[in-house]
Amino acid sequence: MELRGDLVTAVDTHAFVVGPGHRDERAEREAALFALPVVTIRRFRLIHVRALLTDAELETLARKLCIDPVHGWWEPAEPADRASAGPGETQLETGLRPGVTDREGAELVRAAREAGVNVDAATIGTRWIIGGNLSDTELAVLSDRILHNEVIERWALGHLEPAFVGSGDEAPAVVTIAIRGLDTDGLAALNQVRRLGLDPEEMEVIRDHFTMQGRDPTDAELETLAQTWSEHCAHKTFRAHITVNEADGSTSEVDGLLKSYLRAATDTIDAPWVRSAFVDNAGIVQFDDRFDLALKAETHNHPSALEPFGGANTGVGGVVRDILGVSAKPIAVTDVLCFGPDDTDPSGLPDGVLHPRRIREGVIHGIGDYGNKIGVPTIAGAVVHDPRYTTTPLVFAGCVGLLPTGSNPTAPRPDDSIVVLGGAVGRDGVGGATFSSQTMGIDTADVAGSSVQIGDPIVEKGLIDVVVGARDARLYNAITDCGAGGLSSAVGEMAHELGARVDIAAVPLKYAGLAPWEIWLSEAQERMVMAVPDPEPVLAVARRWGVDAAVIGKFTGDGRLCVVDSVSDRTIIDLDCRFLHDGRPRRRMTAVMRQPRIQRESVNVATGDPVGDLLRLLAHPSIRSNEDVVRTFDHEIMGGTVVRPYGGPEGDGPADGTTQRPPGTSSGRAMTIGVGVNALYGAIDAYAMGWQVVDEAVRNAVLGGADPNQLSLLDNFAWGKPTDPLTLGQIVAACRACHDAALAFNAPFVSGKDSLYNEFVGPDGAADPVAPTLVITAVGLVEDPAVVPLTGAVAAGNDVWLVGQAAGALGGSHYEMIHPNLGAGAGGDLPAPQAGAPATHRAVASLISEGIVVSGHDLSEGGLAVAAAEWAFGGRRGLELVADVLTADPHVLFGEGPARYLLEVAPENAPRLEEVDGTQRLGRVTDGDDVVIGPISVTHGAIGSAFTGHIE
Amino acid sequence: MSAPRVLIPVALGTNRDGDLADAFRLAGAEPVTVPLTDLRAGLGGVGDYQILALPGGFSYGDALGAGRLFGLDLIGWFADRLYEAVDAGKPIIGICNGFQALVRTGILPGDEGPAATATLAENESGRFECRWITLDPSPASVWTAELSDALRCPVAHGEGRFVSADLDAIEGRKGVVLRYGVGGYPHNPNGSVGDVAGITDPTGLILGMMPHPENHIHEWQDPLRGRGGTGNCLPLFRAGVRAA
Repeated sequence: MELRGDLVTAVDTHAFVVGPGHRDERAEREAALFALPVVTIRRFRLIHVRALLTDAELETLARKLCIDPVHGWWEPAEPADRASAGPGETQLETGLRPGVTDREGAELVRAAREAGVNVDAATIGTRWIIGGNLSDTELAVLSDRILHNEVIERWALGHLEPAFVGSGDEAPAVVTIAIRGLDTDGLAALNQVRRLGLDPEEMEVIRDHFTMQGRDPTDAELETLAQTWSEHCAHKTFRAHITVNEADGSTSEVDGLLKSYLRAATDTIDAPWVRSAFVDNAGIVQFDDRFDLALKAETHNHPSALEPFGGANTGVGGVVRDILGVSAKPIAVTDVLCFGPDDTDPSGLPDGVLHPRRIREGVIHGIGDYGNKIGVPTIAGAVVHDPRYTTTPLVFAGCVGLLPTGSNPTAPRPDDSIVVLGGAVGRDGVGGATFSSQTMGIDTADVAGSSVQIGDPIVEKGLIDVVVGARDARLYNAITDCGAGGLSSAVGEMAHELGARVDIAAVPLKYAGLAPWEIWLSEAQERMVMAVPDPEPVLAVARRWGVDAAVIGKFTGDGRLCVVDSVSDRTIIDLDCRFLHDGRPRRRMTAVMRQPRIQRESVNVATGDPVGDLLRLLAHPSIRSNEDVVRTFDHEIMGGTVVRPYGGPEGDGPADGTTQRPPGTSSGRAMTIGVGVNALYGAIDAYAMGWQVVDEAVRNAVLGGADPNQLSLLDNFAWGKPTDPLTLGQIVAACRACHDAALAFNAPFVSGKDSLYNEFVGPDGAADPVAPTLVITAVGLVEDPAVVPLTGAVAAGNDVWLVGQAAGALGGSHYEMIHPNLGAGAGGDLPAPQAGAPATHRAVASLISEGIVVSGHDLSEGGLAVAAAEWAFGGRRGLELVADVLTADPHVLFGEGPARYLLEVAPENAPRLEEVDGTQRLGRVTDGDDVVIGPISVTHGAIGSAFTGHIE
Repeated sequence: MSAPRVLIPVALGTNRDGDLADAFRLAGAEPVTVPLTDLRAGLGGVGDYQILALPGGFSYGDALGAGRLFGLDLIGWFADRLYEAVDAGKPIIGICNGFQALVRTGILPGDEGPAATATLAENESGRFECRWITLDPSPASVWTAELSDALRCPVAHGEGRFVSADLDAIEGRKGVVLRYGVGGYPHNPNGSVGDVAGITDPTGLILGMMPHPENHIHEWQDPLRGRGGTGNCLPLFRAGVRAA
């Protein structure tokens, strides 16, 4: 992939390398995975600048700004052949492609100018010194698979020539696209060539619209329609009319999944704490008398598969902007990550697919980098591993924000100025929405280069300060974020009722040479749009926080979206807003439902080795500790964290719900976040999955201290191609479960996001769809954070109580998964929805609010024995669970299902527990490190080495 | 006596200024947070202040090294105010990124005049780490003079490994005033030599530290509450406020 602007390679560039470098052990491990004969990999910073510098100026630049004064050094990076630093070593250099966001380069330019050295542009790359005798082919594998990512970086053996985006490029003009008179084939060809991603009926409607207008559209108009009507922006599947072929042979009609199930549940519940649901960038619910919470969870799957760091990075950035888009200050970030197995054989991966470990490392680094830098705690989440995520990893990023009640204005007025805030426009974000609405294949990385971006959390941190400042001073009438579709979708949505007139020449650009439609449609990560009556005060706030801002037009009132270029005096876009937003023909789709539950015969599944089973489950990639991941996220910033993802005396006991007192509030309340996700149920029975993940999210929130009578839910769907009726049938089933479970738990959905077309089309043309995955996030209010149960068992002598059924289901369980020899489906049915579950959750919450639950843990992946083992280990306490009910039956020890908890309660409160339906005493907490769970007896050492991977 | 004013300058990317302001407020001071752009433009009505506090974060994205450009700001267009504060005997504290900036400028350790003799290098683990740690205090700084018990608070950094060619000089004047308790990873989360978590300059007025005492000022923040948790860090801020 080449950028379409001309690259300038000129003599006025300087390259130098900075030490000390360091060994890159991660890269060495990865190289071993690919069986490359690498001995060592060392990395050094490589700095390219475009400037005419004297030797003295170069010395100043390098010494003053680029090296550590105590032990740093620098030297010019001279052009050389591939020969290198020493015998048996090879040098190669990597650097960002011109035009990719480069915060560090931009800061170097700024700092150099302040130091009196005039630098025009700078970029920071890496010089690698590879120890070991590698062939050119092996070096290429090393570089392609491990050291650089072709999507955003370039590389060279030996010396990498500096390259920058040209500054004097002439902008291409707007182009008219002949669409009138095209037949079906002609429309299909146009759709294909421009990668519009539209349905054939949609192409016809666009053709007919312009035929009636008596003119052809401009490229900008056509691209604007494609973005606005994309799956990503318009949620065509969730709004489609669906004919459902039911499993019993009957047919039913669904008038939109969103309307009929998700929003319908919310409308029926009509919860007084919901301020707004499904209307803006995020849902808004009441927190206390003065504040509301804004809730949103997003997916960022396609970009994360191609460029894991940038994809996850911008995934967090995007959901944070959604929260800013309802005038809220972000206070918590969540992440749910689904990867292929770490031990996937690299030689079996199709071309174009990154190894799951590389995706995992990049995604985790990307999330931490963004959350840590914007100063918002990353406090809740989950990591799931399954082979069906190998080619299509999933990244769900969520955000909670805080805003004073009634402080989010949503109505632009005629004559309001349109102000853009934040990052300037480049070509790096062109086509994000249409790209993410299509399936991926081996060539996706080639075409997607311009659709994958690197975030700039420092600009976003500034944006947070500007939005909060402008909000508190009541400086704007409406606000939204520039997500996928860029200004096109942001201004387009805000102008839906009024119309707007924009001067494209007023939009700040990163560099020249962009076509008008690119400026209009490029997704910039860190950018917001406001409708303001008086621009100057907003511009002043932006200047104060170091954020760029510009006035680019006005809202009009004539109902037309009009974009002009004042320089060339040409009209780029002149569209009727009604056609743009309401002209899309409604999609009609067909869904086929499978049997609601696959009746599977249960066989004798006991192995006779429950200790071995427990240890294998504790080491399962979806159960084992993710503490090493969580430690790379700042979960303490803002000082409000009450319950962390890992707690207990050694900080390695997994918590359930995570709880936070929102900074700046004084009611003493807290909020808690619970997450539910399951990789296994969806393909078997999506309806059962829906219930189970809602229940899991609710259980976690209850243990985080939530009042189950005031929960709010977020949904995230990640599925394959909905045009496959069976796939759509799964989605329908999951939506029905969401609806039914929401009503049962009296917990409304307030926002959600669907990500479809998650499948990888391999070189043989066969599609590899993702494991159907529903993620539910439950956010609850905590009246009194002081009574929230602790993480891990606490005090010897306390009783251990089980709330809920002793036996769970083994169908689709992790136990079934670690015993493939038992045969597919050996575990029998999936857990069924339980009518009594809401009452169980309320009973546990009531015990917690009375302050008598010392600690607790919910029963989820791996069932009772896994929960008890994690809980004992996390608290460094022994357990003596010897009740008769704890037999060797795997359904009891390892079965999974809804509404089950372990609680630690002082012996004097036993009568209170006995009053509650479905409770039984299993035993007690002990000192020492022996953990006895019925027939199982293990030590903390054995649990710890299985669960954490560290030998104690 | 009116509450001492605490000047908290923030750069683009600073993000723990709010936490730091909360701690000083609770300790009885009046924090004033001012963007460096305001100070640079002569705006912001800084007025008189008795304490200077440099907060944590990722100033300028930690481009070119953590705290480096923040430090250049301090030296470049804030130097007068900084040295004025030192000369006037005002307590100064730099936490995390603020500590990194003080070290980059040579203000800390401060034995040899304004040239950097120490650095905060990348964590030994090679990654950002967030975890609670224990700190053993010693009294050679106004901030730690009266602390007798260990403190507990979180760290959250990727570049916190203290390296100095001159550790003996600092140790000789008892300048290491905060040490990671227990020692060894993960208790010493970054591999700092001598378990150094925080140091003072020879006057005892300037404290720089990597951990975040501003995030343990309430009992409910403590992950060991209910298990005999201790080590609230508010006394550190109170000591600084008393010394102002």
